[in-house]
Amino acid sequence: MEIRLEHLSKIFVDKTGRETRAVDNMDLVIPSGKLVGLLGPSGCGKTTTLFMIAGLHKPTHGKIFFGDDDVTKLSSDKRGIGLVFQNYALYPHMTVRQNIMFPLENLKIEYNEAVARVNEMAKLVGIEDQLDKKPAQLSGGQQQRVAIARALVKKPRVLLLDEPLSNLDARLRLQTREEIKRIQKETGITTIFVTHDQEEAMSISDEIVVMNFGVEQQKDVPQKVYTNPHNLFVAKFLGNPPINVLRGEIKSNQLFIQGVLIGEKVAKDGLYDVGLRPEDFKIDEKVGISVEKPEVEITGRDTLIRFMIGDIQIRALVDSETYSTANHIRLTVRSSKIHLFDIESGDVIR
Amino acid sequence: MKTTLKSWVWSVRNFFSGIKSKLHLKVNLPTGLKAWVYLAPALILLAIFTFYPILNAFRLVIYQGYQLIRDTDGRLVESITGYTVFGNFIRVLSADNFILPSSHTNSSVLLNTLAIVFISVPISIISSLFVAATLNSIKPLKSFFQTIYFLPYITNTLAIGLVFAYMFKSGESGIVNQFFMIFGIDPVSWIERGATYWRAMTVLIAFGVWDGMAFKIMVFMSGMQGIDQQYYQAAAIDATPKRRIFTRITVPMISPMIFYIVVTSIIGAFKTYSSVVAIFGDSATPDGANFNLKTIVFHIYDYIYSGENISLAAAGSLFLFAIILMLTLLQMYIGKKRVHY
Repeated sequence: MEIRLEHLSKIFVDKTGRETRAVDNMDLVIPSGKLVGLLGPSGCGKTTTLFMIAGLHKPTHGKIFFGDDDVTKLSSDKRGIGLVFQNYALYPHMTVRQNIMFPLENLKIEYNEAVARVNEMAKLVGIEDQLDKKPAQLSGGQQQRVAIARALVKKPRVLLLDEPLSNLDARLRLQTREEIKRIQKETGITTIFVTHDQEEAMSISDEIVVMNFGVEQQKDVPQKVYTNPHNLFVAKFLGNPPINVLRGEIKSNQLFIQGVLIGEKVAKDGLYDVGLRPEDFKIDEKVGISVEKPEVEITGRDTLIRFMIGDIQIRALVDSETYSTANHIRLTVRSSKIHLFDIESGDVIR
Repeated sequence: MKTTLKSWVWSVRNFFSGIKSKLHLKVNLPTGLKAWVYLAPALILLAIFTFYPILNAFRLVIYQGYQLIRDTDGRLVESITGYTVFGNFIRVLSADNFILPSSHTNSSVLLNTLAIVFISVPISIISSLFVAATLNSIKPLKSFFQTIYFLPYITNTLAIGLVFAYMFKSGESGIVNQFFMIFGIDPVSWIERGATYWRAMTVLIAFGVWDGMAFKIMVFMSGMQGIDQQYYQAAAIDATPKRRIFTRITVPMISPMIFYIVVTSIIGAFKTYSSVVAIFGDSATPDGANFNLKTIVFHIYDYIYSGENISLAAAGSLFLFAIILMLTLLQMYIGKKRVHY
């Protein structure tokens, strides 16, 4: 089921009549059967977008299509969606079995079939031995699975997840995101999930949509978004440790920062914002930026080097094997790894 | 203006803390003693108005022929003729029309009370739930209706009773009769000469229901407002009909409040007294009727004010206490199994 958003906008009006543009004229196509992550900082409109797709929020302008059906005017129960809430919204007074069966109670299906479907879903998410417990007796990760089972038991056309991992601890998060990926693969259901965690989005999504100020910034497969950010916001938002952003100057296809030659870059002469990912620095024997007495943190496989160019601190992440203790090293950056952004608009210069 | 007030409050506070430090008021009491000092005001009030009367009831109930008389110096002293363990209880329970109707009255105080408890409490709880759910789901005029429904809570019972008595007047002048006449039902006597037992009881129960709804609605509404909206959104996605949302989500989610209301309103209904006086007066009987609408508490007051043996009043109150205690324990037992969380 392909999902298409056309010129979608949502404006919230508060009591004093002030308008907040949560989602602004968004066009988006989510391909069928894919796992797509909506990524952005808090307040960027990603949950609003998800709730509009779910039908819980009414769009101010624009249209939503599921395949060829215009569902903009349909109420959420007629859209055929399953939604997993951020804090799961499991009914605390019902057992896990009753929770998963609840959506089926409203459909006209045989009791035996309902039981069979509940068991099938419980097996899919791996909680078949927890069915008679109350949600409060389960761990966060198990509650998450129950919520997914409840969302899927109706056999919806689309699965929506709101911050699915934010309530879990670090280890469970890792485990659960693999689980979500597996469940999505097994069922082949078009899935959209919302997150503010770039690592989470990068690791399980087939495609990610980076949002800011209610506007889509970039949409692509995760690695492409990471290596070819369309603008400064996307470049800054993705990556840990974050990208180094410095003011630099191109003079006859050579990049200078604070008068220091960084590398070759073919571009028009002028001032730019320069983005250099820490891991794109390489240690070199002869050429490159000369670094005296750098601050060094060795964390197993990687070594983090902090050094100054003029009065700006730069972080470089290099392979520990290539780094040998020295007071003087040289670092190079390949031309293709240098990102130039327009100072005014923040758009990338190709 | 606001800042002047604030600075004034501030300087008053500083003034007092200055005095406090000058007077060296800081007495270092041991922690245990400190606790008793803080508890003292509440304990003293409880002792005078709660513990002493309870203990006194247990004392009075074992006396026979209790009387307050004046001795030769003109002081009031207690006089008794003997002691008994169950005697006063037996006299109360075997009194005319206490447990069962007797030959000259067609009603009994126990049955009157039970009728009020087991009819008015369920009706008022269920209707309060509906009103609370409805109020909770509307936006315009919500606070207006909230105020209307809350009025009985702050209005005097006797005043409401008089209004009820007026509304249920017999003949064509009563508003309730006029209402029924719209549907072609002949006017009847509700609380005056010619009223039947169940008509009079209906008025009393209607009063109890209406009078009790205000507080119940308030408790239920605050409970409903505490329910996370996500449960309703989740239910909406699953196309849950309104009726099922109410029975499967709203009611179980506020079950602790419902349980609290059931327990307290059963206790309250057992203690019904002032509404009977307000509607039917001191006799608790419609003119010329061969029944009355006295409740257990009414009966206890009768013992006190008729100048009869006050030990019987004590026995009656302890009997009422025993019924309420047993019912409450039973509810606690059921509640543990049925109330969620």
